[in-house]
Amino acid sequence: MLHDPALRILPCGDAAFTIEFGETVDPVLNARVLGLDDALALEALAGVHETIPTYRSLYVSYDPEILSFAALSTHLEQLAARTGPKPPSPRRWRVPVSYGGEFGFDLEEVAKGKNLTADEVVRRHVAGDYRVYMLGYMPGYAYLGGLDQSIATPRRNEPRLVTPAGAVMIGGVQAGIQCLEAPSGWHILGRTPMRSYHPHRDPLFLLEPGDAVRFYEVSLAEWHEMDKAAEAGERVAELIILSADQMAGGVA
Amino acid sequence: MSVLLIEEVGPATSVQDLGRFGALRYGLGTAGAMDRFGLACANVLVGQLWNAPAIEVGPLPMRIKVQEGSVRLALSGATRSMTLNGAPVQMHETVCLAEGEVLVMRASKGGVFSYLAIEGGISGTPSFGSFSVHRRAGLGSPLARPFEGGDRLDVGSMQPGAERRLNLPKAVEGPVRCVLGPQDDYFSSEMIAQFFATDWVISATSDRMGYRLEGPPLTHARSPNIVSDGIANGSLQIPGNGQPLLLLADRGTTGGYPKIATVITADLGRAAQTPVGTVIRFQAVPIETAQAETKRFMQLVNQLPQLCQPIGQEGISSEMLFAGHGAGHATNALDPQT
Repeated sequence: MLHDPALRILPCGDAAFTIEFGETVDPVLNARVLGLDDALALEALAGVHETIPTYRSLYVSYDPEILSFAALSTHLEQLAARTGPKPPSPRRWRVPVSYGGEFGFDLEEVAKGKNLTADEVVRRHVAGDYRVYMLGYMPGYAYLGGLDQSIATPRRNEPRLVTPAGAVMIGGVQAGIQCLEAPSGWHILGRTPMRSYHPHRDPLFLLEPGDAVRFYEVSLAEWHEMDKAAEAGERVAELIILSADQMAGGVA
Repeated sequence: MSVLLIEEVGPATSVQDLGRFGALRYGLGTAGAMDRFGLACANVLVGQLWNAPAIEVGPLPMRIKVQEGSVRLALSGATRSMTLNGAPVQMHETVCLAEGEVLVMRASKGGVFSYLAIEGGISGTPSFGSFSVHRRAGLGSPLARPFEGGDRLDVGSMQPGAERRLNLPKAVEGPVRCVLGPQDDYFSSEMIAQFFATDWVISATSDRMGYRLEGPPLTHARSPNIVSDGIANGSLQIPGNGQPLLLLADRGTTGGYPKIATVITADLGRAAQTPVGTVIRFQAVPIETAQAETKRFMQLVNQLPQLCQPIGQEGISSEMLFAGHGAGHATNALDPQT
């Protein structure tokens, strides 16, 4: 059995703990988290309730009437030691965005801060190959890695108390898609009509941790058309599932 | 089927059960009753499962009227005075309302949330197995929002039977117990000692998402930011300003501030029942103690039906029932010796 000195089990009260693979935002750590998450789901161990895969750790909630902390944490450490990283997901999303203007009210300022034109910031944002590291904070909120670091911008000093549903944003080295109206200190570059969460649609959620995401620009008129369709329950964003051959060939 | 009309209601009054489980990984929080024990007490009085949906009544007054049929209900949780057609009625007892009768619940005293359970339950459609209102997510049943004056809900009709009273077990007192972590290593031992020594005051800006705690600010030994990770019910998060946030039922599923400690399951309701402007104190316990307390808590919840007696036949001491409390007999899939 491999002993991983970086692996830590951190109690979150008596009914949950976090198993931490490291302390950084790193696709390799995230793949290990997702690998362990899958392995744990496969076991369907009585008393394990549910998990939250995050950037670099897996949150596990469990029933302390059935499982003791000592027994379950030891079991998870052993399972993590013999479980490899999850292979890249074949799921790729193409997410429509209307950039700038009323929808992307921080675009000009981000561009100014980088000495770029707004169009160039959009071009670099659209060119990015993103990975959904995790969904968290609120329903359907996707934390993305893969932002072109030449447009990375520190969070606002004064977070806004309200930012719109569908905001496509950047904060520090990260990118994000926000599904519901919420406070945020991130910079809003545009808005997507996609609902990553819709309480009256099947499926309720679109994005999965590990999914690949690319953005593409749509006009305001297209946006409004898509927004109506999305509200009515359509996915709007396109999901492409790559074949094993395409995955092996490293198709971008 | 009978109909209840909500004639008057304050904010933060909604249908809640144990909460919604299974979609934390998509950012969908659990919601659920702030005080599970209060929920359980009200439910067992009217013959419902302890974790069935009931009305969580926020701190302000509420007035309801039976519009069709007749209902039997019970109120538990935070203490408040109550009148039926103007005459006082008791909490922790079943109360019958005929068509047209009005029940007034005044503001809560010494607590925050009361639970109003109805015999035969509330009609609705669960999502992820739950009726719990989660306003931000747009989920909850029969309404996906807290109640407003004028709301009507379909509820069970009163069945024949005697009225019952719940002999409430003695309340646990003392500091709210916590398990250290997950990020206690972001604080010096002096700061951890200060956290447990402080009389924290619940801020007026508190809600079902979390309670802000006011007191001498804590400082971090490392950065006040972490790479976001999962957040448990009862997490005590310390943001950059050093003022703790006790995260509760409507919390976000993940967050980026260090969490010094987490309230144990058995004390979550007690913590949530601490009114705005009053003091809350915390005490660290080993995780083994916390898990043993959860088992005791669940034994107590499971014994509640035996603590309900037809009114007029009191006498059995609840002490007799508690004498049986010992170590749990729960089986452990990984620990064959337990």
